[in-house]
Amino acid sequence: MTREQIEADIRSYILEEFLPGEDAANLQRDTPLISSGVLDSLATLKLVSFLEESFRVELAAHEVGEHNLDSIARMGEFITARSG
Amino acid sequence: MSEGLHELFSASAARHSGAVAVRDPGRGTEVSYQELDRLSERVRQTLERAGVRPGDRVGLCLPKSIASVAGILGTLKAGATYVPVDPDGPAARAAYVFRDCAVTALLADASRIGALAAQLEAGGPSPALLPLTVDDAEHGLGGLDGGGDERPGAVGVELDATAYILYTSGSTGRPKGVVLSHRNALSFLAWCSAAFEPRSGDVFSSHAPFHFDLSILDLFLSLKHGAAVVLVGEEVAKNPKGMVELALAERVSIWYSTPSVLTLMVLHGAPEAWRELSLRLVLFAGEVFPVKHLRRLRALTPRARLFNLYGPTETNVCTFHEIPEEVPAERVEPYPIGAVCAHLEGLVVDEAGRGVATGEEGELVIRGPGVMKGYWNLPERSAQAFLGSGSDRWYRTGDVVRADADGILTYVGRRDRMVKRRGYRIELGEIEATLYNHPEITEVAVVAVSDEDGVTIRAHYCTPDGERLSLIALRTFCARHLPVYMVPDEFQLETDLPRTSTDKLDHRALVERA
Repeated sequence: MTREQIEADIRSYILEEFLPGEDAANLQRDTPLISSGVLDSLATLKLVSFLEESFRVELAAHEVGEHNLDSIARMGEFITARSG
Repeated sequence: MSEGLHELFSASAARHSGAVAVRDPGRGTEVSYQELDRLSERVRQTLERAGVRPGDRVGLCLPKSIASVAGILGTLKAGATYVPVDPDGPAARAAYVFRDCAVTALLADASRIGALAAQLEAGGPSPALLPLTVDDAEHGLGGLDGGGDERPGAVGVELDATAYILYTSGSTGRPKGVVLSHRNALSFLAWCSAAFEPRSGDVFSSHAPFHFDLSILDLFLSLKHGAAVVLVGEEVAKNPKGMVELALAERVSIWYSTPSVLTLMVLHGAPEAWRELSLRLVLFAGEVFPVKHLRRLRALTPRARLFNLYGPTETNVCTFHEIPEEVPAERVEPYPIGAVCAHLEGLVVDEAGRGVATGEEGELVIRGPGVMKGYWNLPERSAQAFLGSGSDRWYRTGDVVRADADGILTYVGRRDRMVKRRGYRIELGEIEATLYNHPEITEVAVVAVSDEDGVTIRAHYCTPDGERLSLIALRTFCARHLPVYMVPDEFQLETDLPRTSTDKLDHRALVERA
């Protein structure tokens, strides 16, 4: 999977699961998601499960945080590095 | 003669000096009782040098760490009151709390203290600022200047002296401080000791943050009995699979958290890991545990005793109920909140404050040594919180319950507009007050809807031109002013809000609108 495909999958998951009714144009690659409060801790947990299941990666406890998950771009980078 | 909460710790430090008191697996550190005693002495002396006197308040804004435990104990040893806030919450809210109760000193994470100090400056005399970096040497306390003399010298306190103030959501849009004495905490812990019989070999989890009343049991019951307490750091607390792994690796024997957290651990933790846990007690409190998830927890922990604990911050735990060995497949209704704890008395009363007949619904009121002193600096609110006065003073929980013939209480709902979610108390009015400050919102009403999965908070709002606002922008706005657990789950645009015949917002009608 390319990084673009990974990011597109993450984006549609977030829009569908956490932002029903949101104008898709408002969710950019660099929109802060955790530091901004858009995703709360429960949503973050669901997101981690989604990433683990969809991209066949395991996230260790110290990897679950804003440094890897705060935006679609960061998630794309993290997953690409991990599966590459 | 000192009889304070910290004396429980000092007594254990004398008996179990070499035993592990606190472990922080996230940082790979631990301290013995002796070492923690020494670190908390350094905090006490630092505070005293900074001008803290018995009866003063000391603010704590620190990530969960050995340093924060030493900060709590050192504050108590100085005869002062600790006031913990969420280190990840909005700085403006933390500053409001510290200003409200006029802290003399502030122990805060070095990365946050600047923002806090800037907010505090506007509100009069600034407290002494004591920045810590918890990842640094000596558990982050190496930089504190206690004067070098670390012989024990704790200040004696009266039983009715204030031990800590916990701020909870307030309906006026401002958090209010629940003032709790050494007597309050000690009577609760004495009940816990009798009910749960902790041993020095036990390993407690500390999942709840220190500004949350569940932490009193984790921290002080373990220290009282010479047991170890394992800190569940903010990072692991976001990872349910990781929490099950941590409980396994650390051989946790007593776990205490909200049902929401246990539900996630049950749903995401590996069943093989669950089966190998050393749990002998699983305690939960703070909200209703949906039975379908409790059933799974029961099946995964066949050897543990499970207790549903109930109580507002004002009383800490005031009722308890043991979950039977099997949760029947057909059961759908939640388990009772149970019997009133032995150190307290409870009554179920009607609107006029008269006891109701067995089986009838009424408000639960509680009296006894576990009940708070009052709200900080809010004499009227404090008076309203009680039925009666003097020694015949009953705390009104605001919760509607029903008692059966054996005095077992079942929770029915709330009297007012407060809801509990993930263990946190949320005044819907505080969320409304925040959203009214949004420049593009003209009218707003916030409701809570409960179903078998828990509580959903929904904001109904109107805008000047009827345009829907971006969900991302709304949540970002809320999170800047409110703790994340208060940010609504759903936002719904309305052309108008329903009113009752007396022209009040009709929250009930809104609950039906989805």
